[in-house]
Amino acid sequence: MPEEKEELWRWTESNWKDPDLKWQDAKFITVGIDVGSVSSQACIMADGQIFAYANMRTGSDSPNSARNALNYALEGADMAEDKIDYCIGTGYGRVNVPFADRSITEIACHARGANFIYGNQIRTVLDVGGQDIKAIRCDDKGRVTNFLMNDKCAAGTGRGMEVFSDLLGVSINEVGDRSFQFKGEEPEAVSSTCVVYAKSEATGLLRKGWTTEEVLASYCKAMAERIYSLVERVGVVPEFCITGGMAKNRGVIDRLMSKIGLDAAKTKWDTQIAGAAGAALFGYALCRKGKGRKK
Amino acid sequence: MLANYGYSDGSGSYFITIDTDKCDGCGDCVDACPAKLFEVLDEDPNDPMRDGPVAVIEAEMKKKMKYACNLCKPQGDRPALPCVEACKAGAISHSW
Repeated sequence: MPEEKEELWRWTESNWKDPDLKWQDAKFITVGIDVGSVSSQACIMADGQIFAYANMRTGSDSPNSARNALNYALEGADMAEDKIDYCIGTGYGRVNVPFADRSITEIACHARGANFIYGNQIRTVLDVGGQDIKAIRCDDKGRVTNFLMNDKCAAGTGRGMEVFSDLLGVSINEVGDRSFQFKGEEPEAVSSTCVVYAKSEATGLLRKGWTTEEVLASYCKAMAERIYSLVERVGVVPEFCITGGMAKNRGVIDRLMSKIGLDAAKTKWDTQIAGAAGAALFGYALCRKGKGRKK
Repeated sequence: MLANYGYSDGSGSYFITIDTDKCDGCGDCVDACPAKLFEVLDEDPNDPMRDGPVAVIEAEMKKKMKYACNLCKPQGDRPALPCVEACKAGAISHSW
């Protein structure tokens, strides 16, 4: 009986609720939904404070991803949906958030969200998502002053990492740590920028006797260099922070930060919720300006 | 805000940068571009708190920059780019 193939690229989905926040006392309940090509998040805020969020795979069911993310966030929250005053959709699939009052680009939302989850000292935000990389410069209010988004080439994106984790048989959660478990000097980066060619190159290295860890190190290094060349284009000014799923991969991030020569800011929040949090905050700002939904 | 539209891949980096602090949404670039890359929107999608129209690169075109801009970026003797020339505010620049 054939063993069921373990889905190594599958990362952990999660939801979270603030047990102490009295959302019933809030003036405005706003929701941000970030539908990405790989993951979707819903963030529920009460007067600009996070009450609940959910982070899950978008899957192929994109029209329902927004609904699924919101349901996952509301799960066990004892908040009826009609209590939501305003909803903003963002991300690649923002056109597929049928219940959103408005949509705002993920550039604006990530800057605003990073300002919230990392603090207003942040001036440079790097978002490495499933299928794109965004480098954003912002001011102390989280307003964007310079941005660059690369969504044409998969090199350096989460998708690229998933391909490798699958190829090498390493679960995506372990890639970071294992990419440092080799003896001797760090191997050179793989020479192909292209994920497709890098995959063939990796197969060749394994055949030559490289260990899985050495190939992982080589690929993570190439990804770090790729991301570095993009973020350098907008210029890095401290404080610097990273959002999106790749922030959780120290195999790439540690190598990237040593190239940049700074320490990345730390947060207690899940780095993948930055877009949805920013969207919910814009909703709150719009409500306070009287531009919310007419009840 | 410096809005960089375009991409970077193994062959190079191709970005058109529009400085939204200088742009007033006049639309001269829309008329000037033979590849129809530009459009003017009533609101800046990347800056919800900004009021007023702004020029952007059309969403479907930003992944085609390298080839779309070929018409105006021949090798050899290069005349001034129509979009850069057309913009009175000097808000537009190319990376390559």
